[in-house]
Amino acid sequence: MTWLDRWREIMATLARRKLRTALTALSVAWGIFMLVVLLAAGQGLSNGAENAFADDAANSVYINPGRTRMAFAGHGPRRRIQLTNDDLDLLAKAVPIADRTSARFRPRTDSRASFRDRQGDFSVMGVHPDHQFLEKTTLEEGRYINDADIQDRRKVAVIGLAVAQRLFRDLETPVGEMLNLGRNRFRVIGTFSDTGEQREQETIYIPITTAQLAFAGGNRIDNIVFSVGETSVEESNALVEDLHRRLAEKHSFSPVDKGALRVFNRHEFYQKLGKVLWGIRMFVWLIGLGTIMAGVVGVGNIMLIAVKERTREFGMRKALGATPRSIVSMVLEEALVITTVSGYIGLVAGVALVEFAKRILPEDTGFFREPDVNIGVGIAATVVLIVAGLAAGFWPARRAARINPIEALRAEA
Amino acid sequence: MIHLEGITKSYWLGDRPVPVLRDVDLKVSEGEMVAIMGSSGSGKSTLLNILGILDDYDEGAYTLDGTLIRDLSESKAAVYRNKFIGFVFQAFNLLPLKSAVENVELPLQYRGMPRGERHEAAMAALEKVGLAARAEHLPSELSGGEKQRVAIARALASKPRLILADEPTGALDSRTSGQVMELLEQANEEGATMIVVTHEADIAARCKRLVRIRDGQIWQDNVQTPIRIKESAPAAEGVTQTP
Repeated sequence: MTWLDRWREIMATLARRKLRTALTALSVAWGIFMLVVLLAAGQGLSNGAENAFADDAANSVYINPGRTRMAFAGHGPRRRIQLTNDDLDLLAKAVPIADRTSARFRPRTDSRASFRDRQGDFSVMGVHPDHQFLEKTTLEEGRYINDADIQDRRKVAVIGLAVAQRLFRDLETPVGEMLNLGRNRFRVIGTFSDTGEQREQETIYIPITTAQLAFAGGNRIDNIVFSVGETSVEESNALVEDLHRRLAEKHSFSPVDKGALRVFNRHEFYQKLGKVLWGIRMFVWLIGLGTIMAGVVGVGNIMLIAVKERTREFGMRKALGATPRSIVSMVLEEALVITTVSGYIGLVAGVALVEFAKRILPEDTGFFREPDVNIGVGIAATVVLIVAGLAAGFWPARRAARINPIEALRAEA
Repeated sequence: MIHLEGITKSYWLGDRPVPVLRDVDLKVSEGEMVAIMGSSGSGKSTLLNILGILDDYDEGAYTLDGTLIRDLSESKAAVYRNKFIGFVFQAFNLLPLKSAVENVELPLQYRGMPRGERHEAAMAALEKVGLAARAEHLPSELSGGEKQRVAIARALASKPRLILADEPTGALDSRTSGQVMELLEQANEEGATMIVVTHEADIAARCKRLVRIRDGQIWQDNVQTPIRIKESAPAAEGVTQTP
């Protein structure tokens, strides 16, 4: 038979056994479709999580004071814990591996930002130079706060792009301009962007020493951020625990008081998150492989039944001069056509859905971002299904083709 | 053309051999029309299957047109079947998902005949059995007699030198039986060697030679004058009338 004859034969068989063809095609297409969508969803989840935490240094530790919950050493509960500049010295002693440290102080008095006749409600924050690295702030123009600014309590400000756009929109650059914060005038020395939420670009950073002086801070600080460099999570946890003990002693609160001081070790969190993401990815793979397996079993089953119900047909064909080889290849070609076409359909449908989702999803939906399919994986899965379909068709077809035609003709149709 | 010598064949019933053919000798020359009769279980169908290379035999020698048919591979057997033999079965054995003309084309397709030529030959064969107008119908849309005529067209289309018919009229009423036999007779007159297995005396009477089989052995083998029913008006009518 010529290949055109074979092709017509295949098409005729598939067209006349619509239900069987449709079921086989569905099990293949669905398997591939689900695999593609699941893998994309897993990728999106993991992209989202990575993005959400890429905003800040991965190995940073946050110390946020709160209110005590327990009475301790003569003090009643609900006492507010206030950190001061001294605690920075304590930190330097307790955690010698802290490579970058910054305190934060938010003005207590009026710090409303204005430029000429424009004003806006922005968050003003006194920080140390290291804050740039801890917060992963990207400098767009000018410079960040430096040690000299801290030393001399200079009235300088680094403003977020949102601030620059709102207050200085008609200027070529805000750098060098004088910005009013409350009743104080600050010189803008730089602008920055930040990959995190929009809110972070609505921030104005000033030297912490200036902030404490200009906005009724004294030696008070609101919280402390530091990074621990290259250490194990265990080591950083131990150091953080030790720091917590020392701070408890200094501020006389119970070391087991959960409310007095909240310490957030991002390093540890990040590692846990990584494990969770890995788990999710493995889970997604597992489900995907399960779907593929179901597809393989489905295709195999249908091929088996198809061959069995055609035993009599094979007998007739052999009586008319069909060689066993021509029968086996007929079955395999049918399986090949149906799995390839439907696998491709599943692949295209899956990719289309993912692309559609990408288009309609907002840029930043928190934990879900840029779902993406690895086309190679999709194609590999399709190939696995095709091979499985061929294998499932080959053995029964070969057996059926070897049966003596008289026996085959006696088989139940 | 056909030379059987000491053909022996047993089926196994569990671990016990049941002899079906015992030392059968038979010679059939080119152009003969032979009826093989026997009660059910006599071995006549098995004999036909061996002749059609659809089944093996245990001992003896079967020579078809000078070629010893013995332990052929399935592929070789397929080629011989396709080249030499046309089959007509009691159960018609048409492929249910193929139209009448596609069924007739099938042996030609396996022979590698190009599509156009094949279709022409198949249509000519259908014309011969009076079913050209039903060429595009599926077997399920045809009557029993029509199905058997399609099967005969299929057997004739490849112009085989040997036609083997296994109870060709077994599933048909007497009128359509007459039509079918006429077609077979016509094919024989055109040169094909014909072997018809039957248990109907009137069918056997229309052949030129009658071989009777009993208990796996040839019991009688007589040349006879075939009784040709010439007043075959209903058959001719059925053939020429096209819907």
